[in-house]
Amino acid sequence: MNKSSRTVMTFSGGIHPLGDGKSLSNKMAVVPAPLLDKYFVLLSENAGKPPQPVVQKGDKVRKYQLLAAADGFVSANLHSPTSGEVIDIRKVPGPMGLPAVAIEIAADGEDAGEPPFEPITDWQNADPEMLKKRVAEAGLVGMGGASFPTHVKLSPPPEKKVDTLILNGAECEPYLTADHRLMLELPEKVVRGAAILAKILQVKRAGIGVEINKSDAIDALNKFGSRYNVEIVPLKVRYPQGSEKQLINAITGRKVRSGGLPMDAGCVVQNVATAAALSDAVTEGIPLIERIVTVTGEVVVEPGNFRAKIGTPAIELVKLAGGVTEEPGKLIFGGPMMGFAQKSFEVPIAKNTSGILLLPTKVSLNYATTGCIRCGRCVQGCPMKLMPCLLSTAIEADRFDLAAQNHVMDCMECGSCAYVCPDHRPLVQNIRRAKAELRKQAAKGN
Amino acid sequence: MENTTVLIAAVVLMCLLGAALGAVIGIFVRIFKVKSDLLADFALELLPGANCGGCGYAGCADFAKALAAGKANPSGCPVSSAEQIAAISSALGVDAGQMERKCAVVLCRCDIGEVRHMNYNGVQDCAAAHLVGGGPQECHYGCLGLGTCARKCPFGAIEIIGMVAVVHRELCVGCGKCVAACPRGVIKLVPADAEYHVYCNSPKKGAVKRQFCKAGCIGCRKCERSAPGKFVINGFLSQVNYDAGEYPDEKVAAAFTCPVGGLLDVESRIAAARAKAEEVKNK
Amino acid sequence: MDSEKNKSGMLLPTGEKLVLSSSPHLSTGASLRKIMGGVLLALLPAVAAAVCFFGFRALLVIIYTTASCVIAEALWCYFAGKPVLKTISDCSAAVTGLLLALCLPVSVPWYVPPIGAILAIWLGKQVYGGLGNNPFNPALVARVGLLIALPAAMTAWTPSRGMLQYDYPLQNTFFSGENLRKIGSEPADAITCATPLGVAKTSGKVLERGDAGKMHFAEVEYPDLLLRYFLGDRAGCLGETSVLALLLGFVILVALNLINWRVPVIFVGTVALITGAMHAIFPGVTPNLAFHILNGGLLLGAVFMATDMVTSPITGWGCVVFAAGCGIITSVIRIWGNYPEGVSFAILFMNALVPLIDRWCGKRPFGYVPERHK
Repeated sequence: MNKSSRTVMTFSGGIHPLGDGKSLSNKMAVVPAPLLDKYFVLLSENAGKPPQPVVQKGDKVRKYQLLAAADGFVSANLHSPTSGEVIDIRKVPGPMGLPAVAIEIAADGEDAGEPPFEPITDWQNADPEMLKKRVAEAGLVGMGGASFPTHVKLSPPPEKKVDTLILNGAECEPYLTADHRLMLELPEKVVRGAAILAKILQVKRAGIGVEINKSDAIDALNKFGSRYNVEIVPLKVRYPQGSEKQLINAITGRKVRSGGLPMDAGCVVQNVATAAALSDAVTEGIPLIERIVTVTGEVVVEPGNFRAKIGTPAIELVKLAGGVTEEPGKLIFGGPMMGFAQKSFEVPIAKNTSGILLLPTKVSLNYATTGCIRCGRCVQGCPMKLMPCLLSTAIEADRFDLAAQNHVMDCMECGSCAYVCPDHRPLVQNIRRAKAELRKQAAKGN
Repeated sequence: MENTTVLIAAVVLMCLLGAALGAVIGIFVRIFKVKSDLLADFALELLPGANCGGCGYAGCADFAKALAAGKANPSGCPVSSAEQIAAISSALGVDAGQMERKCAVVLCRCDIGEVRHMNYNGVQDCAAAHLVGGGPQECHYGCLGLGTCARKCPFGAIEIIGMVAVVHRELCVGCGKCVAACPRGVIKLVPADAEYHVYCNSPKKGAVKRQFCKAGCIGCRKCERSAPGKFVINGFLSQVNYDAGEYPDEKVAAAFTCPVGGLLDVESRIAAARAKAEEVKNK
Repeated sequence: MDSEKNKSGMLLPTGEKLVLSSSPHLSTGASLRKIMGGVLLALLPAVAAAVCFFGFRALLVIIYTTASCVIAEALWCYFAGKPVLKTISDCSAAVTGLLLALCLPVSVPWYVPPIGAILAIWLGKQVYGGLGNNPFNPALVARVGLLIALPAAMTAWTPSRGMLQYDYPLQNTFFSGENLRKIGSEPADAITCATPLGVAKTSGKVLERGDAGKMHFAEVEYPDLLLRYFLGDRAGCLGETSVLALLLGFVILVALNLINWRVPVIFVGTVALITGAMHAIFPGVTPNLAFHILNGGLLLGAVFMATDMVTSPITGWGCVVFAAGCGIITSVIRIWGNYPEGVSFAILFMNALVPLIDRWCGKRPFGYVPERHK
């Protein structure tokens, strides 16, 4: 934001995914998903503590009704996506591979409920604390992927001076178009959300970073930018432009120190979908119960973007997208670079599921290494300026100490290294293992 | 003549150089001499030098120091045989001490149970695979079979047969490296004289287990009723009561029929794994 | 049928074929074989030039040497219990073989390529654990090994085709087509001559005792010759002579993103700078920079050997240091050394320093805070 917004900002390193698959679904308008018979609302959706259920088996619930209340500060409320009955609270296949507790709701077909909160129409003059309370009430979490409770991010400790709010509309992950369609179709909600966030944080500067391959979204946002005093920053198409640290670097030129949080650089980063949800929560008083999900992939018959209720099983969304042309080799929640491979189509979507990606076997990366040839592509591609090939070699030899010395903990697992590796080494998986091991060792040491 | 002079000069020079460098080394050895404990050095000589860490110390040298300082007993070394321990204790003039011999056992029969699993593509290491959505198997308590324990074992006591690890008791000294390496906690250190084990590690309900594994313990308590005190039931999982001092033997095993055939002696377990691997291979 | 069709005829996935793996789930589609194939493609112009200037035997030598290397790799893998076909199919042995062939003179005796193949593949690569673990460029290990062990066979240079027709304007030179033809008309097994670098070295040495002056290197620097050097119409190793073909290869490699273009540019640039400066200050010591750039194995080494992924640094600045070091050592050997050519030695020497260079030039992580500021 230091320079004119015409300049296309970027960070150094990273990769440029060729054929990013966005054209499969970026022209498809968001379609509301029809009401289903059953929803599985996962309790352990947010990072931090899972919320505690406040309903019991057999309870009748209304749409928007509180299902589970935040347990502690780093936790988020959970609301009913529709009206109906709580059939069970049980373990279902979860998005992280392990069974996860979910509240199973049988819809009564009426989808009836009242917004539980008072709309705050005059939010410009509202008390920031009240707005922040609304964020917590509405169960907002980071909808870009990390699923971190939003109100926690909006409560920086007083010693951290936050002066900039950045909305992440980069959507640098290949294939995903949910944020793109959101910005294009509901630009005012996004910009208003940004303004509300700026109000809560009491910062003067608020900007939305968008990659220039979404020029139509930039145009749409620009129509509202000046009204809400929010700047739209075009960004170069480069992965991982949407990573918090890289985004802050691209837009403000600041660098978050190693091991630090965005607020150390005076910034708070939120996803555009979170901002739009916040706008709804404030001006209409409705909690977060649905989100836009991209259902895409080469084997999907009609890839598209759907407004789906939280708790919708993946298979139902695949049905909406017309089914598949062949049996997929991979089901991914999120994008292909950082998303999680799923074990089953029964897994329900959560607040952070931005995409459901079905890749055929021939497209998905097959890890089959014969040994590093030291081409250095991973080193050039690493946005955190690490040396993934050397880290991985050290980790393969169980030299976690060496990996730690070489800053393995700074890795954010963006996957640029493994994407460019010509030997298809499982670099990210090795690094994850080292990080888990080092965390375990650190926990033991304390 | 000139050549001879050069030759002599070269030889003399070499000798002088050697002497000078030797002197330098000698001086440095004196200066930087590491004070050694004779007793500890002597103990180290007698120890096997496997550096397995089974004694609880960082390695044989560390253990030797502890021995010399009287902080440990020779029987703390799991690698040494009884004779070797006797030799060490008599040489050091200390009490041999008592130490229960341990042995590792992999409490899983996922190969026999044909545990449902999906395709996995990535690092061939259990710890790494476990981090990807909890591993490819539907059972999150069983053996992953990627051989991290086998690679960590300093004694080559673990073999991967088909897709499951088994421990060869005659090679295992009970150092516990595999136990630390296993992300699933399916390897247990048990008393070395326990012959029979219940080969399952999942505390889940029998009905849940049956969905994806034919060989998992269903918690029917037949074993416990047949031989009270010899088994402990933990949730829906029966395990041999290793604290009892007396472990199930052939008689106990013959007295009742385990519905899933999970109570086995070590040798039959290895034989069964081999037979299953052969069967899978031929398929 | 894996997927079930529901009533409306829609094909729904069952999840039977789902694969579990860590992210990322996409790749660029690059593979070792494609990389090696790209290098082979980039070497084709040099192969064509070699056949063009040295005749059919050049092609035989190239095929023979490449086959020797592939066979040497297969033999090692067979006896070392490695998968034979899988290892060969990555084409790395073929690349090494082709590079080695391009470092040989056309008149090379039959027993040299197999020895070179064993040196390259066994001693240069497999003893370290195979592709990716070798500290030195295998082809250069073989070339230097052969140069030291079989100097006569490795330096028996044959005049290129054009040289025989070319009548040199200056008298009594090594390159005079007239002289070469004269020798050719007498009964002899083969005609040999010197490479321009060799001539420069010897004439430099001879003239040291004579009067200093610009004429020293006139016979190799003659402007008319520069075009011939550029095209490759001179004596030398099979692949090193044609600068044009090597530049074409360079363009292919850069277009396919297989090399860091800075390495060849800085390598050649450093040589140009040092030899140019030396020539400007002491014209009697070394020929001019155009001569140095166009002659010897500089281009072959800079484009194909110094850029070898395995044996060059992985850091950006490391590549710069590495290339500059290669250039400096090459110049030093060419100007003051005993050998007329120093590219191979320079690259091998710098190969040995790669781990150190990488350590020194290692990047600072994003947002790195030095220990003392924490």
